[in-house]
Amino acid sequence: MAPSATMANSLQKHHKQLLSEWVKHLQSEVADGRKVRISPQELSTQADEFLQLLTDVVTGANPDDRRSAQFKALQGFLENMSRSRAQQGFTSAETATFIFSFKQPLFAALRVEAGNDANLLANEIWNATRLLDELGLITVSTYQHAREEIISRQQQEMLELSTPVVKLWEGILALPMIGTLDSARTQVVMESLLQKIVETGSQIAIIDITGVPTVDTLVAQHLLKTVTAIRLMGADCIISGVRPQIAQTIVHLGVDLAGVTTKANLADALALALKRTGNTLSR
Amino acid sequence: MERIPILRIGEFLLATIQVDMHDQLALQLQDDLTKAIQRHGAKGVLIDISALEMVDSFIGRTISDISNMGRILGARTVLVGMQPAVAITLVELGLSLPGVATALDVDRGMTMLRAVLADD
Repeated sequence: MAPSATMANSLQKHHKQLLSEWVKHLQSEVADGRKVRISPQELSTQADEFLQLLTDVVTGANPDDRRSAQFKALQGFLENMSRSRAQQGFTSAETATFIFSFKQPLFAALRVEAGNDANLLANEIWNATRLLDELGLITVSTYQHAREEIISRQQQEMLELSTPVVKLWEGILALPMIGTLDSARTQVVMESLLQKIVETGSQIAIIDITGVPTVDTLVAQHLLKTVTAIRLMGADCIISGVRPQIAQTIVHLGVDLAGVTTKANLADALALALKRTGNTLSR
Repeated sequence: MERIPILRIGEFLLATIQVDMHDQLALQLQDDLTKAIQRHGAKGVLIDISALEMVDSFIGRTISDISNMGRILGARTVLVGMQPAVAITLVELGLSLPGVATALDVDRGMTMLRAVLADD
């Protein structure tokens, strides 16, 4: 444990100095960035806490043990910090720099501590680099993980947002579809529409495809499945918002929409639906 | 042996499936229902499957068969109350039950039968 003793010594002895130098360095970096996402106080609190935990690890009974309680605490702190930074919109480089920028003040302190012993200094620097690199990697991988979580949550939200089922009239539901239809989305759309039909006891469902950019055989297949499922449940389905290009594509592809009622726009579809449910409109 | 009860309401028959269907039960229903249509001279049949939560291809086909048999025997058959999950399963299995009339619930099915019979 001889080599680490020097690092432990320097961490303990020069705590104040290390902290102030590091924080100064960190704050100059923050000032460089155009957006200030973190307050100087918060930054120095984080730096202080990190330094404290790092000192605990190095002065601990077994500094190289990655399963020790001290190392776990440090790891937990870093994971929390990276996660919150990912949510605040930091880049991965900015997050990792928090750790790597500590090298400069630490190496300076080690040089003072090691004196003229070049071998000891080289050893110490190697040990410190290894430890800090490892910690840096923890922040990066946690950061990445947090970002992936954010992305998948947003995807889920978009999926839910893009399938609103609205009630147009007593017994008439409408589903304005926006964006490309793939298997996963069709499944969600189908399920929410069918569920709503059961809940409201609606006899007619209008699927409006004005917002669907292209219709290929797969999309047509999905639409036909939805229409069939709606029919099986005992309700009727009208597809509206078929644009001229889409009508051309459907015919060229040879998709058979014979059993499906289609209308050019939502207004026509609503008029038909009202007629079918026995309502009459008068001006 | 369990059976699915078939109730007579005026000139209609109502079969309500309240239990999980298995193959034998489905065939039994097919047998009972066709006999009942003939015995009562029923003009319309309602098959209520609102409590049915799972179907396989055999049950799906049998239900479709029963509807078609009813029609051949001179009774209009309406399948009512299919659950979303069942509808999705049948579509994924490629069973679109062509020619089978459907309705959202028994009430609407009855109205539909009356309207159709009034036209005849």
